[in-house]
Amino acid sequence: MAQQIRLEVVTPKGAVVSEDVDIVNAPGYGGDFGVLANHAPFLSTIKIGTLTYEQGRKRETLMVSGGFCEVSNNKITFLVESAEFGSEIDVDRAMRAKERAEKRLAQAAQHDEQFNRVRAEAALKRAMARIKTAKNI
Amino acid sequence: MPSLKEVKTKIQGVKKTSQITKAMNMVAAAKLRGAQEKMEAFRPYTRKFNEAMSNLSGGATTDQFPLMEKRDVKTVELVVVTSDRGLCGSYNANIVRLALKMIKEYEAAGKKVSVVCVGKKGFQAFNKTGKVRKKFVDIMGTFQMFNAREVASDVADNFLKGNSDKVEVIYGEFKSVAVQAPTFSHFLPVQPVEVVGTETAKKISGDYIYEPSTEEIMDVLQPLYLNVLIYQAMLEVGASEHAARMTAMDNATNACKDIVANLTIVYNKARQASVTNELMDIVGGAEALK
Repeated sequence: MAQQIRLEVVTPKGAVVSEDVDIVNAPGYGGDFGVLANHAPFLSTIKIGTLTYEQGRKRETLMVSGGFCEVSNNKITFLVESAEFGSEIDVDRAMRAKERAEKRLAQAAQHDEQFNRVRAEAALKRAMARIKTAKNI
Repeated sequence: MPSLKEVKTKIQGVKKTSQITKAMNMVAAAKLRGAQEKMEAFRPYTRKFNEAMSNLSGGATTDQFPLMEKRDVKTVELVVVTSDRGLCGSYNANIVRLALKMIKEYEAAGKKVSVVCVGKKGFQAFNKTGKVRKKFVDIMGTFQMFNAREVASDVADNFLKGNSDKVEVIYGEFKSVAVQAPTFSHFLPVQPVEVVGTETAKKISGDYIYEPSTEEIMDVLQPLYLNVLIYQAMLEVGASEHAARMTAMDNATNACKDIVANLTIVYNKARQASVTNELMDIVGGAEALK
């Protein structure tokens, strides 16, 4: 069996994943990156997006929102604000959230509200990442 | 001697009160469990975060980042985290007292002090002093991360604008269900986290690959770190508030029991006295008829 790397996904609400896996693909700051066993020590910020990992034949997808990840001693740790399994995402709800965010974004653009715009953008990104993750299973 | 009826109403009143305090005790116990779970769930996150921060700050110098900048301290900002609700014994009063003590100390040293209140009780205590720069009330019940983010970014902004040179957080630390102590922790400027391990830990940190650069990572990490600190304080305050209320309500229920016991004795004595009086009247009446 190929060598494995320990994956841990931790959110403020507790650990979500703690498993030995074959490969991890994550949305890094400068683009997606993959991590295999015995990777060099590495630290990167994480964007809102989809994290996938494979374990033998099993492939799992997670929606993660911003945070960072650290690789050291054959262990990869994600510290993110939230993480949801693709299979657990409520697509309808995400769709509705997306529409809401788009509406708010349009409103904010009209009234030139910087603060609301930033928030709506983040919400939109999260909603889109959720939809994408859910469809990617 | 109070009249029988008076004592009886009093006993009933105290019993009703003890029902309420007992219910509040149980509610607090249930809420405490929830709050404690949240706190424990958050712990691994904090631990990992501190690890990563210590790894990072091993390579970084302090002056590079605006949030780490050490300035001459002229204005001190205190973030006072209290609960929104009362009826939890001296819990909030203790936090406020610590805050007042610190304000006095800083002012004696010739520094200006401004206060940011998180939680209604703190605001009520500091409203009159005119030192409150900003308040965040009615947010303690929900334990949402974005509440903490709001507080942290506001305080950080103020620091970056140069309106405060040093920020400290005062909150009630949850030591155990029985013990909650007011405490303070350093907030800004961000201090490099001490590397816990020995030389080896430092060696590892030097070899990290950073993406994008150390600076940019720090730019993202530091605000997050502040969030984590505030959120941690809020969680601790939430949990210890319920623990304090539990103890306070337990004491109140016991006090009610004591009062009821005393009043019952008074009531029995009064009843006995009236019985004796009546008997004497009857005997006296019968004696007179002979």
